[in-house]
Amino acid sequence: MFATIRHWLDARFDWDDLTAPLRHKTVPSHRLSYWYFLGGITLFLFGIQVATGILLLLYYRPGANEAFESVQYIMTRVRYGWLIRSIHSWSANLMIFTAFAHMFSVLLLKAYRKPRELTWVSGVILLFLVMGFGFSGYLLPWNTLAFFATKVGTEITGQVPVVGKPMMIFLRGGEEVTGATLTRFFGFHVAVLPGLAAVLLLLHLLLVQRLGISLPPKLEVQWTANPSAKREMKFFPNFLLREMMAWYVALGVLGALAAVFPWNLGVKADPFVPAPAGIKPEWYFLFMFQTLKLIPSKVWFIDGEVLGVLAFGLVGLLWVLLPFFESDQPTRTKGWITGLAVFALAYIAGMSVYGHLAK
Amino acid sequence: MAIWRNKLRSSSAARCFVLAGFVVLAACLAHGQTTNSCMNCHSALPEPLGLSQEKFSQDIHAQQGLTCTSCHGGDPTSDDPDKAMSRKAGWKGKIDRKQIPQLCGTCHSDPAYIRQFNPSLRTDQLGQYRTSVHGKRFAAGDTKVAVCTDCHSVHDIRAPRDPRSTVNPVNVANTCARCHSDAGHMRGYSIPTDQFAKYSESVHHEALALRGDLSAPTCSTCHGNHGAAPPGVDKVQNVCSNCHTFQAQMYEKSSHKAAFQSASLPGCVVCHSNHGIRHPTDAKLGTGPDALCMQCHKPGDACDQARAGLLSSLSRLDEAIKGADQILGVAESSGMEVSEARLGQDQARDSLTKARVTIHSFKTDLIDQDIQAGLQIAAKNLQAGKDAMIERNHRRFGLGMSLIAIGIVLVGLRLYIRKIES
Amino acid sequence: MNGDQLSQPEPMRRRVIGIFLGGGLLASFASFIYPVLRYLVPPAVADLGGDEVVAAKLTELKPNRGKIFRFGSRPGLLIMNSDGTYRALSATCTHLGCTVQYRSDLREVWCACHNGIYDLNGRNVSGPPPRPLDVFDVHLRGDEVVVSRKREA
Repeated sequence: MFATIRHWLDARFDWDDLTAPLRHKTVPSHRLSYWYFLGGITLFLFGIQVATGILLLLYYRPGANEAFESVQYIMTRVRYGWLIRSIHSWSANLMIFTAFAHMFSVLLLKAYRKPRELTWVSGVILLFLVMGFGFSGYLLPWNTLAFFATKVGTEITGQVPVVGKPMMIFLRGGEEVTGATLTRFFGFHVAVLPGLAAVLLLLHLLLVQRLGISLPPKLEVQWTANPSAKREMKFFPNFLLREMMAWYVALGVLGALAAVFPWNLGVKADPFVPAPAGIKPEWYFLFMFQTLKLIPSKVWFIDGEVLGVLAFGLVGLLWVLLPFFESDQPTRTKGWITGLAVFALAYIAGMSVYGHLAK
Repeated sequence: MAIWRNKLRSSSAARCFVLAGFVVLAACLAHGQTTNSCMNCHSALPEPLGLSQEKFSQDIHAQQGLTCTSCHGGDPTSDDPDKAMSRKAGWKGKIDRKQIPQLCGTCHSDPAYIRQFNPSLRTDQLGQYRTSVHGKRFAAGDTKVAVCTDCHSVHDIRAPRDPRSTVNPVNVANTCARCHSDAGHMRGYSIPTDQFAKYSESVHHEALALRGDLSAPTCSTCHGNHGAAPPGVDKVQNVCSNCHTFQAQMYEKSSHKAAFQSASLPGCVVCHSNHGIRHPTDAKLGTGPDALCMQCHKPGDACDQARAGLLSSLSRLDEAIKGADQILGVAESSGMEVSEARLGQDQARDSLTKARVTIHSFKTDLIDQDIQAGLQIAAKNLQAGKDAMIERNHRRFGLGMSLIAIGIVLVGLRLYIRKIES
Repeated sequence: MNGDQLSQPEPMRRRVIGIFLGGGLLASFASFIYPVLRYLVPPAVADLGGDEVVAAKLTELKPNRGKIFRFGSRPGLLIMNSDGTYRALSATCTHLGCTVQYRSDLREVWCACHNGIYDLNGRNVSGPPPRPLDVFDVHLRGDEVVVSRKREA
C-alpha cells in the first residue's frame, strides 16, 4: 500500500527525487550520539505546543475580564480541558529545557563550527523566541503571579538606556500592565512569534538537512585518518525510529506530569492589590533575575540594574555570533569556547538554583 | 515698654522709636490680617509662652476666624504689649484651669452662637460634663480631673473626624490613657490604671486601631465622652447589646441573666472581661486554664454535663468543617474543580459562628439546631470533595492505560529496530 | 524491508513485532485522539461564570423575595422588587464577610452576623458595615434572569 502511495506522489511531485537526500542521510553513530536527539525532541514538543495551543484557542478568551475565567472554564468544564491545558504548560517548560540542553550540547560538541554557523545563529534566535513564547504565554491566564511577573519583567526591559522606555511601552501596550498588555501578549504569542519561529525553524531544519549532522572534533580527526572506523546509521528508518521512541517517551512523561501534577490556576489578577512578597519569574528567567538582584545598586557611576540589563543584552548578542569568534585553525586558546560553555552552564544552573532557594 | 520711654530723651532715640514704630506698623500692614497682633510676638517666643503660626493654623477655631482674644481677651489691634494685654481691654491672661469649662461653654453651650458656624454641632457638652465623674469631682474642687483642654488640646484643636485629632475615635484611648494609665497622676483615686494596657490587647483595639474599623468601640463608646462615667454593674449588657444585639437578646432570655443580676455580677463582663476583651475560643467551655463555666459550676452537675456536651458538639462541627476543607484542598491541588463546595464551606462556617452566638441563650436545643445545620452542610461538602477525588483517580487510571499503550509501542519499536539492524 | 531467507522464528517474530507495534500504536493513538475529540465538543454550560451568570429562571422568584446565587467564586443576592423588577447585589457583607440575606419584612438587606443593614441600593445604612455592597446589572434574556458586573464607564 505504501508503494502505491509513493508512486502516486512521485508522479505528481517527483517525490523520489525530493526525498532522495533524506533516504541517503546518515547520522554518525558513536558514544555521544544520544545528544543528537535533543533537537528532534524540541521540535516534537514545539509541535505539541502548536497542537494544544490551537485546541486552547477554541475556548480561550483574551481580555482582562474574561481570560482567567476562560482558563478556569477550560480546566473545569471542558472535557479533558485540564489535560490539554496542563500538557501545554508542561510541554512549554520541557521545551525550554530541551532547547537549552540542545544549545549546550551543540556548543560542547562543537557542532556550530564552519559551515554550520548559520544553523547556530538561527538556533540561538529560536531559543530567544522560545523564551519569548514562555514570557508571553505565562501572562495569558491573567493570574496574580503572572501579572506581577510580567510587571517586573517589563520593568526591567525599561531599564535599558534610551530605547528602554519606548520598548517597555511597546511591550505593555501602555505605561502600566493592563488588559491592553494581555491583548498584545496574546497577539505576540499566537501570531507574531509563531510566524517568526516557523520561518526560522524552516531555515534551521533546511540547513541541518543540507549540511548533515556534525561530528565532534576528536572523532572527525579519528575518522578522517581511519575511514574504516566510521560508524553511521541511516537516518531513515533507523535514526527516525529511535527518535520516535524518544518522542513517545516524551509523550508519556507529558501525560504523567499533566495528570499527576496538573498546572494550577492561581488567583485572578487584581491590579490594585499590592504585589505579593517574593515575586519571582519562571525558572528559565531565574538566573537573570538573581544576577540582577546581586548586582550592587551602583557600580561606579552606572546604575546597577542598567548595567546588568546591558550586560545580558551584550552577552545575548555575542552568543548569537559565537561561531564567528572562533578561528578555523587550531590556536593556543582553542578550548576557550568549551570553557565558556561550561562556565555558562554552571552559571545558569547555579544561579537558577540560588534564585529558587533565595527568599 | 517703660524702658523705651526712659530712653527717649534724645531726639535720635525718638527718631529710632518712630522708625521702629513705622517698621512694625509696616510689617503689620504687610501681614494683611492685622487683627491678631498677638502672634507677632508670641509666634517667636519659646514654649510655654510661644505658639508657632504653623501649629495655630491647624486649629479649628483659627480656621473659623476666631483669634487669641476670643478666649484670652485683650486688644488684638495694638502692637503695644501694655495696650494689647491690658485688663481694661478685657485681657484674661493664662486661663485658670478652674475657669476652662465655663469659658468653653460660653460659646459651645450657646446654640444660637454655634449655629452660625455649624448648625448640626451639639451644644450640650458642658451639661453632660457636669453629670460625668470628671465634672462632679471638678465641681467639688478637684483640679486633677480632665477639663476640656486636656482631651481636645488647646491651640491646635482639630475636628473629631480629623484623623490627627486627639478625640478622633482611633486616638481616643491614647488620650484617656494620658491620665488613666499614669499611676502617679491617679494616686489617691480608687480605680485601677491598667485599663489601657488591657484594652490594647483586646479585639476591639485591634479592629479599631489596626484594621481601621470605625464601628469598633473605644473608651468613649462605652463610657460616654463628655458625660464619661462607668455604665454601672447592672447596665453593662445594655452597652454591649448596642452592637452585639443577638448575643444580648439571647442572654436576656437565658437563665444566666437572672442569676448574675441577683448576684450583682456585671453580665457580659463576667465571661468576657471589660477592657481586655480577647477573641473568645471554645476553650472557654473547656476545663483548662481558660475555663469559665467551672469557675461557678461544680464538676459533675447538670450544667457541667451540658457544658461538656456543648463543647463536644462545637468541636465536632469544627472538625467536620476542617475535614471537608482538607479533602477539598487535596482535590484542588490535584487540579479538580471544587469551587462550589468551597462556597458551601463558607455557609458551614457561618453556621458555626451562629452556633457560637446561640451559646448565649444557654439552651442546648437551640444551639444543637445550628450545629446540626452546619454538620449537614459540611457533610455535603465532604462528599463533594470525595467525589472530586474519585474523578481524580479516574484520570490517573486513564493515564495508566495510555502509559501502558505507550510502553507497548516502545517495546515494539525496540524490537523492530533490533530486527532491521540484525 | 528484510527480504532475506525466512527461517522458522522469523514469521513468528514479525507477527509479534507487528502486534506490539500495530496494537500499541493504535491504542496509544486512541488514548491521544479520544480526549481531543471529547475536548472539541463544547460543554453544555456555555457561560464562563466570571462576567455574567444566569441567576434564576423568570418564574423562580416572587415579588419581595430574594435568592442567593453564585457569581464567580462569591455569592450574589438577587431580589425581585414588589413591582416585578429585579436588582442584584454582592452578598458578601463588607464588615466581616458573612453572607447577607433579603428581609421581606424590612424590605432591606440584612446581615445576620452583626445586624448590619443595607438599603436596596446596597448602601450601608445601619450597623457595623463600613462600605456599601457592590451593585450588579440585571438583564432578562428569554426566560433567564442574567446578572452581570457593571460595565466600566
